[in-house]
Amino acid sequence: MEKDITFTAPLPRKSAVSRSAASLRTSRWKERSLAYLFLAPSLILFGIFLFYPLLKSIYLSMYLTDPQGRVASFAGLDNFKNVLTSEIFYNSLWITFKFILLTVPPGVAVALLLAALSIQKLRFTKLFQFFFSLPMAVSVGTGSIIWMVLYHPTLSILNYALGLAGISPIAWLTDPKWALISISLMTIWLNLGFNYIVMLSGMQSVPEDLYESAKIDGSGSFRTFIRITLPLISPSLFFISVVSIISSFQSFAQIHILTKGGPMNSTDVLVYNIYQDAFINYRFGIGSAQALILFVLITALTIFQFKVGEKKVHYQ
Amino acid sequence: MSIRAMNQTILYVVLSVSALLISFPLLFTLSSAFMSSAESASYPPRLLPSGLHWDNFHQVVQTVPVIRFITNSFIVAGAIMLGQLITGSMAAYAFAFLRFPGKALIFSLFLSTMMIPWEVTMIPNYLTVRSWHWLDSYQGLIAPFLASAFGTFLLRQYFLQLPKELFEAAKVDGCGHLRIFAQLVLPLSMPSLATLAVYSFLTNWSNYLWPLLITNKESMRTVQIGIGMLQFEEVTAWNVVMAGIIMMLLPSLILLVIGLKPLVRGITAGALKG
Repeated sequence: MEKDITFTAPLPRKSAVSRSAASLRTSRWKERSLAYLFLAPSLILFGIFLFYPLLKSIYLSMYLTDPQGRVASFAGLDNFKNVLTSEIFYNSLWITFKFILLTVPPGVAVALLLAALSIQKLRFTKLFQFFFSLPMAVSVGTGSIIWMVLYHPTLSILNYALGLAGISPIAWLTDPKWALISISLMTIWLNLGFNYIVMLSGMQSVPEDLYESAKIDGSGSFRTFIRITLPLISPSLFFISVVSIISSFQSFAQIHILTKGGPMNSTDVLVYNIYQDAFINYRFGIGSAQALILFVLITALTIFQFKVGEKKVHYQ
Repeated sequence: MSIRAMNQTILYVVLSVSALLISFPLLFTLSSAFMSSAESASYPPRLLPSGLHWDNFHQVVQTVPVIRFITNSFIVAGAIMLGQLITGSMAAYAFAFLRFPGKALIFSLFLSTMMIPWEVTMIPNYLTVRSWHWLDSYQGLIAPFLASAFGTFLLRQYFLQLPKELFEAAKVDGCGHLRIFAQLVLPLSMPSLATLAVYSFLTNWSNYLWPLLITNKESMRTVQIGIGMLQFEEVTAWNVVMAGIIMMLLPSLILLVIGLKPLVRGITAGALKG
């Protein structure tokens, strides 16, 4: 922007307007190119490692493959028809939804509660915060093995504890009634650390003086939490619900390690079903078709969350 | 005892019980790692070992090259973490503060990448990496994860929470977007950047399927694959497995201890009000 330093004849208005319009155009153009420049690294990487493979999967979903995974013959939409008319698929879908219901609301609620309790300025607060974040340091692989021992049919310390309380032992991973609940319990534990940290970060961004003035107004801690904390951390809450739902849709390793989809297909969530089709039976066509259906489902659900959720979210 | 003191006591009890419950699986692992094999297989299960059987760790080191695995995991997870911070904060800035055509479309494109199941992209990605001769290489382990829609989304949420007045003031002072990004937004978003850094490191530290697919040489293996080499059979020496798990957990635990500080410190109200 050039500054016009002249004290004699003031500029006619028209040219001033056109000049500021021109400079506005320049800055608008600058802003756009900067935006695309900032987005480029991510977009290029997504292109190579996500979108291109996705297109390739769409291509594969229209074909039948031989046991080596090579494309054998064109199938059109037959794979999709097969999936959408199979009972196994609907069973998987139902189990996936149950799994989401069992893991997401309790997981978010517990994290929220713990964050609310441990944000108070007390002695040992930092220690408690560390304890509640602990599961975040545990990977799905190692976590699954730890819980394998906890759920172990003969060594299970959980059953021993239940026994002390007079409850008969539970076949955690081998009883179809319990297997999904066991996987969910372990998944809640695994994700708790991360959920807790996000909630805590959100709560700490609430300005202190809001709490001060609430106190002066004589608002009790519960009311303050409902009236001030919750609305102000709604972005973090919204974020954590979206991410939790997506990640539970994609839970795989714990099911692969602990139950292999069993007993009696009671933990056969969609992603595990895809894995079986593609990497055990080498039916890449069917696997890809299922994966695409899953993709559409998650996308639809997320769009719905944004439509409903973002309206209620309070950004400063 | 006043009401206040009683409330505090109840709070402490609730917090302590929760802390114990949440850390129990890990405490149990730690304790089992020091048991003899007889102790770890006894019933009723023991809570504490009779002594510290350091020999279990010795057995792990003899069975698998743990140090090498840990080094590999460090290199891979560290590089991915840096990459995601750079690409994520740039993209998040564009979404939060810049106006450009196609913004909504590109944003939903970003979000949709979070929903593409990893299983869908695995085979084509394997073929891509193989055709570049990147099997058994660090770049093959790192490249596919350098951009993160999740990280972008997280940072965008935080950027949007920054007070608008700050930017108006900076713009009046004649700051361009590059300066606002580098000198205002990034320093103010340290807590969320730290969240992403820790998150990114820990999740990529635990990648399982991808390293399994593209590494064949033992010298290129990462920790997560290494753990599988401890041989899980019907008659497993759980104490040795648990010792292995503790060794492989240690780096991420240390990171959590270091990384929790910036998170817990958080954005102070003063910095926000500028």
